[in-house]
Amino acid sequence: MSTDHLLVVEDLKTHFSTTAGVVRAVDGVSFTLERGKALGIVGESGSGKSVLSRSIMGLLPGNNVMRSGSVKLDGHELMGLSRSEMRSYWGQTMAMVFQDPMTSLNPVMKIGKQVGEGLRRTLGMSKQDSIETAERLLADVGIPEPARRLKEYPHQLSGGMRQRVTIATALSCGPSLLFADEPTTALDVTVQAQILDLLAAQQHDRNMSMILVTHDLGVVAGRTDEIAVMYAGQIVERAPTASLFANMKMPYTEALMKSIPKLTDKAHTRLDSVGGRPPNLISPPAGCRFAPRCPYASERCLSEQPPLVEAVETPGHYFRCWYPVGSQEYIQAVRRRESLAAAGGI
Amino acid sequence: MAGTGKAHLHNGDDTILRVEDLLVEFKTEEHGKKVHAVTGISFDVLKGETLGLVGESGCGKSTTGRAVMQIPRPTGGSVVFEGRELTALHGEELRKLRTDVQMIFQDPISSLNPRRKVIDIVAEPLHIWGIGTKEERIAKARDTLAAVGIDPDQAGDRRPHQFSGGQCQRICIARALVLDPRLIICDEPVSALDVSVQAQVLNLLEDLKAQFGLTLVFIAHDLAVVKNVSDRVAVMYLGKICEVAPSDDLYREPRHPYTTALLKAIPVPDPTVRPDGAVRLRGEIPSPVAPPSGCRFRTRCPSADAICAEQEPQLIQVGHEHFVACHHPVPISGLADAAQ
Repeated sequence: MSTDHLLVVEDLKTHFSTTAGVVRAVDGVSFTLERGKALGIVGESGSGKSVLSRSIMGLLPGNNVMRSGSVKLDGHELMGLSRSEMRSYWGQTMAMVFQDPMTSLNPVMKIGKQVGEGLRRTLGMSKQDSIETAERLLADVGIPEPARRLKEYPHQLSGGMRQRVTIATALSCGPSLLFADEPTTALDVTVQAQILDLLAAQQHDRNMSMILVTHDLGVVAGRTDEIAVMYAGQIVERAPTASLFANMKMPYTEALMKSIPKLTDKAHTRLDSVGGRPPNLISPPAGCRFAPRCPYASERCLSEQPPLVEAVETPGHYFRCWYPVGSQEYIQAVRRRESLAAAGGI
Repeated sequence: MAGTGKAHLHNGDDTILRVEDLLVEFKTEEHGKKVHAVTGISFDVLKGETLGLVGESGCGKSTTGRAVMQIPRPTGGSVVFEGRELTALHGEELRKLRTDVQMIFQDPISSLNPRRKVIDIVAEPLHIWGIGTKEERIAKARDTLAAVGIDPDQAGDRRPHQFSGGQCQRICIARALVLDPRLIICDEPVSALDVSVQAQVLNLLEDLKAQFGLTLVFIAHDLAVVKNVSDRVAVMYLGKICEVAPSDDLYREPRHPYTTALLKAIPVPDPTVRPDGAVRLRGEIPSPVAPPSGCRFRTRCPSADAICAEQEPQLIQVGHEHFVACHHPVPISGLADAAQ
């Protein structure tokens, strides 16, 4: 392991025990993140992407959570730390921006106090210093008239401005790793673009690492160095961003990409949708978890779980599939499908 | 935009819905102030076409859809459906007419009664109107469920919570279809769904439209989704229509600065396309309680000048079926890449 790895996650599992059984929300996830780089985690609802980021940050409360594996931040093992020990990492080392700014801000606390809270508690600043720093932070995240905004309450701000405030709060203690969990999902598209620009600029200026969690492949495409695609609690494909889009290996990633309506397609272009829905995480399929929905699945896929392997021709590109897109078996499966469709008289 | 004007309306017999000068205002708690949700918009929908209404939160697109249904009644303007003025209809007449115009909503789970069986939910509209015998109603409901891809044998006796969001949306579509409506207003029908499920529902809507000869008004904030299903698209901003055009033309050659900025703001799932910060719109949509004078988009528009504050632009024709309400429409050249 080279020293520029800020975050090293190995075989992280996060299970929840429920009355219906054990939900394997995150089931053996490993990845590394270099200092100053941005990783996108993409997946649909229930893929485990949000649980993964909360699990790394130690934000999952309650005694029905079972975690195992290893999370190393800057060489320090975080697994097994108590909540108060984790607290020393929050703010200064790791911080998070959540989806809905209205619920992550305290509605009865003035903006200035909220942004300054971390500065006072974590960095031990005086009240006066914290207010001055908060004002500068608000200006940094593009809030006009920061001095006036400090004295306002969250409901007096628009959705985009509120999200800027939560970003300012997350950045206040200078974290080396920022989690952004669907930071723009609640926002309009023009405001989303502004917020994504802001996150990218701050990440660059502060040489900070960022984990951007989203359901939207479009959001991560232009703004991350690496992407991990999650399905049913596992990473099914992980690659440098350009390589992932240029050279998709995992049929699930391909299916996800094909089902997105694209502006470059003509109106009424038929979308290539994948049938079915993600599996139950209490008793996931024995083989590949995507096999029941995969158009190219064969018997091996249904019985034997594929490991996450590195592509021979493109190092750094990992995928979890026996017959990746472009392989001989894949091409045969495509031909089989086509002949079946032809035989069906379509 | 900000524009008014009716240059884009058609005059033929094939217009199924014609909305003119639609005005919807809501009272605010503060005395004398009003929310100008929709201010004098006009549009029409041709038989068998899908008209997309697209815009960001607060642009009035959902209010427009509801005002067509007369829930609530618009403050002013006219809504003519198949030659009948809806704003003049009352009571039983209006109820009857609503069987021909149905709605599908954004959140499929909250728009289904959780305590009723799926088959009863879908048969309910027939029951309300006393159509057929009980057996005929159940048979029709079963056929409709099958048409939307839900197996009536397996699903009929189950309740909404036993289905996923995508399946619930299919059930909502079946319920809207069971009375054989001629127009369906879809208000953000796929916004709550994951992309893979969204694709299934969009394909289904296209199939049903062909199968049942439907006309759709498709309201959504996602431009790519709207483009995929629509024949024509109207872009809305702060209670006004900025631009109306056939879908392919609108995306290839947007003429309104707002449409251009909106298209550029969409994150493209292609890492070779770098996010273009140069055409970023600054600020956010102004309050509809006190909208800007003249063109409502002028406060965020890169090409706004004095005339934009004084005069409200009218919709003018700039191409085949392509209309824009702007004093300074974006020139065609140099725009071709906006759609990419």
